[in-house]
Amino acid sequence: MTSPATIPPLTGTITVEVPIERAFRVFTDAFGSWWPAEYHIGQTDMATAILEPRAGGRWYEQGSDGSQCDWGRVLAWEPPHRLVVTWQINGQWQYDPDPEHASEIEVRFSADGPEQTSVNLEHRHLERLVDGQALRDGITGGGGWSSLLELFAKAATNQT
Amino acid sequence: MSTNGVEGLGLLGDPTRRAIFELLARRPCTVGELAQQLPVTRSAVSQHLRVLRDGGLVVSRAEGTRRIYRLNPDGVTALRAYLDRVWEEALSAFGKAAQAAPVDLEQEDP
Repeated sequence: MTSPATIPPLTGTITVEVPIERAFRVFTDAFGSWWPAEYHIGQTDMATAILEPRAGGRWYEQGSDGSQCDWGRVLAWEPPHRLVVTWQINGQWQYDPDPEHASEIEVRFSADGPEQTSVNLEHRHLERLVDGQALRDGITGGGGWSSLLELFAKAATNQT
Repeated sequence: MSTNGVEGLGLLGDPTRRAIFELLARRPCTVGELAQQLPVTRSAVSQHLRVLRDGGLVVSRAEGTRRIYRLNPDGVTALRAYLDRVWEEALSAFGKAAQAAPVDLEQEDP
């Protein structure tokens, strides 16, 4: 059985040679311009992804046919220093509206200088995504993760 | 730029291992089936599978005379490793976008 024990958070960091305000704005206002388009859950190709600039805002993708798929919600909106959003994409690779199943992504921006910003990201509470059997089915049953990984595999192949 | 995932990134950082992981995500395979789809030898595939199995991403079981490899159905490690890749690529793309952003983006700031 899958243990409900905590899964260690994922962390990532990047330093960019731009002022903190710009780093925050590109991350949020221009989210759809840089998010790798192959990572999406909608049935149609992703046209863009939108992060609404306020606590309580939606975080979602918009397909090329205009359809929308939620990814999560904005929990904390503190420009230009901090952003917390939920990631509610479960093991079936579908949006799960239950807040009990929401993992969290916290992004912290800190100015190393007037033209340099460090961005630290933490994706935590991953165990909330693991709905026991659902995740196992997602990986072994040919749906969910398998489909996404297939998209990922195609994209990776096309790059070489 | 670095992503500090513990086991996932290291395991999938190698392009051949990543390709094996992605093939197994589509369907369980034998070493021979994997080698047919990759530009490496069976022995290289076996070595990568051993690393993936030791890292908890892949499991195997004997079926008659064949040994079938599949993603670890427990899923937790695979999920984590996969998201690790997502964030590594996303942050890298963000870094490029931030440094290429048009100047008017910051001038709009109230």
